[in-house]
Amino acid sequence: MASIAQAIRMALHYGEANMGVKDIFGQDVGAPLGGVFTATQGLETAWNSTLDERGIISMAMGIAMGGDRCVAEIQFADYIFNTIDLLKIAGNTLWCTNGQIQLPMVVMTPVGAGIFGSVYHSHSFDAWASRLQGWKIVMPSNPLDAYGLMLSAIEDPNPVLYLKSKALMRHKGDELIPGEPADEKELKAMIDKPVQNSEGWKPRWPELEKYMVPIGKGKITHAGEHITVVTYSRMVHLCDEVAVKLAEEGISVEVIDLRSIYPYDWPMIKASIEKTGRVLFVNEDTEVTNFGEHLAYRATQECFYQLMARPRVLAGKNLPGIGLHPNLEKNSVPQIHDIELAIREVVAEVP
Amino acid sequence: MSKKTTVKAGGKAAAGKTTKKAAKPAAKSTVKASKKATAPAKKKQSFGGLSEEILLRMHNLMVKSRVLEERLIKIYKAGEAYFWIGGPGEEAWGVALGMLARKGSGPENDWLHLHYRCTPTMVALGMDMIDSIRLMMNRATDPSTGGRNFSSHYCFPQWNVAPVTSPLEVQYPIACGTAHVQKRAGKGAISIVTGGDAGTAEGDFASCLILASRKGQELPMLITVQNNGYGISTPYEGQHGETNIADRAAAFNIRSRVINGNDPIETYLALKEEMEYIRKTGKPSFIEAKVTRLYGHSSADGANKKPHLFDPVLTFEKNLIDAGILDAKAAKKIWENYEAEGVSAQEQARQEPVPTPESVWDHVYVNSENADWRKF
Repeated sequence: MASIAQAIRMALHYGEANMGVKDIFGQDVGAPLGGVFTATQGLETAWNSTLDERGIISMAMGIAMGGDRCVAEIQFADYIFNTIDLLKIAGNTLWCTNGQIQLPMVVMTPVGAGIFGSVYHSHSFDAWASRLQGWKIVMPSNPLDAYGLMLSAIEDPNPVLYLKSKALMRHKGDELIPGEPADEKELKAMIDKPVQNSEGWKPRWPELEKYMVPIGKGKITHAGEHITVVTYSRMVHLCDEVAVKLAEEGISVEVIDLRSIYPYDWPMIKASIEKTGRVLFVNEDTEVTNFGEHLAYRATQECFYQLMARPRVLAGKNLPGIGLHPNLEKNSVPQIHDIELAIREVVAEVP
Repeated sequence: MSKKTTVKAGGKAAAGKTTKKAAKPAAKSTVKASKKATAPAKKKQSFGGLSEEILLRMHNLMVKSRVLEERLIKIYKAGEAYFWIGGPGEEAWGVALGMLARKGSGPENDWLHLHYRCTPTMVALGMDMIDSIRLMMNRATDPSTGGRNFSSHYCFPQWNVAPVTSPLEVQYPIACGTAHVQKRAGKGAISIVTGGDAGTAEGDFASCLILASRKGQELPMLITVQNNGYGISTPYEGQHGETNIADRAAAFNIRSRVINGNDPIETYLALKEEMEYIRKTGKPSFIEAKVTRLYGHSSADGANKKPHLFDPVLTFEKNLIDAGILDAKAAKKIWENYEAEGVSAQEQARQEPVPTPESVWDHVYVNSENADWRKF
């Protein structure tokens, strides 16, 4: 099975070979490194930008304005903050020009904690991103979705932010990408650059197929009856693990992998809440003005009379940063036991 | 709705200065044949070898732009618009730029990444007065923004005119992106970017110089700064240590020069030369144009004319008249005709529809895909 990094790489290859992507660029995105997480290794159109986040976003806007398709990378979301006004402009260009100028560009960036990256390699960006009007925002949790969401992002005529979990870059799923060889070693031999003697190396791409995950459509990763847990990205796996554990006790947890932050799959959330009567929103961005708060607000507004307990948001603590020592990181963003505790509390609540 | 201001200005400049021969290009032979022709003929030689057709066209567009800008200010002062910002005083620079750009859409034509002092360039490209006035008056018919944005925030994709943004200097590195696309297309088209001197303090200016000049990856860009000596109210010395902004381009091995942007001849010739260089080499070039800020920064500082400042339109007009290329009476007529056109355009725009409240949801996403979360 491909890792998420390999899945993104294959999606980008598919994009440049079949969907008109002409530039994949960012800091160290081109040869020799192919990205700090190897997600752009061996790609034909990948090139190294200057070490300048604002330059990267501006360049992407210009390329899109000029009529070509590109995928730009900010090496870590922690460094995307100095481009906020450019992201705002990219998102409002269509609106400000009354529909005249489209910017079909993809910006991908690794987000979140879980790799002990300390204060400046652990930032989340989903809540910030959700306020960038005009953008679509996706956050895959597994390789197949990573592949399908990237193709959808490339195809979308709007700017799309593709937020990829740092901690999941080596995560392998349990579903093959269409065209991917079943043997992991075979895939590795085909598309991973050798660590040594790599001069002149070129990837041998598998015969990949078009596979789209529509933007705005979530996925139920664990069906249940007693509580709805809405989450995305890395937290999906933690929530699923808790759901499996609690099922042994007869607590039936429905886990929704939202996959897209904006637009989001409200019909799926609503239907699930109406079924279970309880809901918990889980993500690792900071808790004050968290995207989960918006969803909790909406759940309260639209599902109030179906709710058996107060909606709850479990998120990262409202801290200036995430400390490097594991004691600090683990007490800053939700861990398995935090999720389990929160689910138990909501399930135990009686009107 | 007075239309005297501009007429007087033009009239005064033109009055009693020189020959009364007709100004129409077709009648210029008459001027040459007159008894007074000897002196003007000598003066003609000082116009840089540009044809009379180009000179008269340039003058005409400069007048049109000035009249339009003054009309916009009048609209603001009459309370029919919320804010004015523009570039009266930059006609010599802006008109020459618009005349020389390769106009059209797609990567085979030039891209123009302008700022909000570029009405003269838009006029030279062929923008109708009324389309600037529609923008000023926030009409739904405004072709640039549909009534959503400030004056002079133009967007004309049919001419590769990128949307003007309020944040300063972001247009510089965005222009690198379109230049990158043009370079790949290989049709000799260039990306032109303009901006003010104060905005060069933004990091995006440096981003542009770096991206445009990387060795072996140079971009076909005309990078320009219109230096009027002020950033709103902060004088040049208040933020600059460098003697010339063009010196900064030189540090990146970008060919650069400083020109008198108040002189349409010098401007035209310099732009032509640099554009040809860029098209031929695929490398960037930089021009710092010294210009006049004739009406202040924006309506925020009153938008009143500074009569002591150099006026490139009136000066050029006088020079053309003195040289016998333009007739004073014909010049006056040009001002009057454009003034009448401006008044008429304002009256028409006043009758046109404004954006509807519900249109706020239009174009958040392509094809007006639902952006309202309440409707997901």
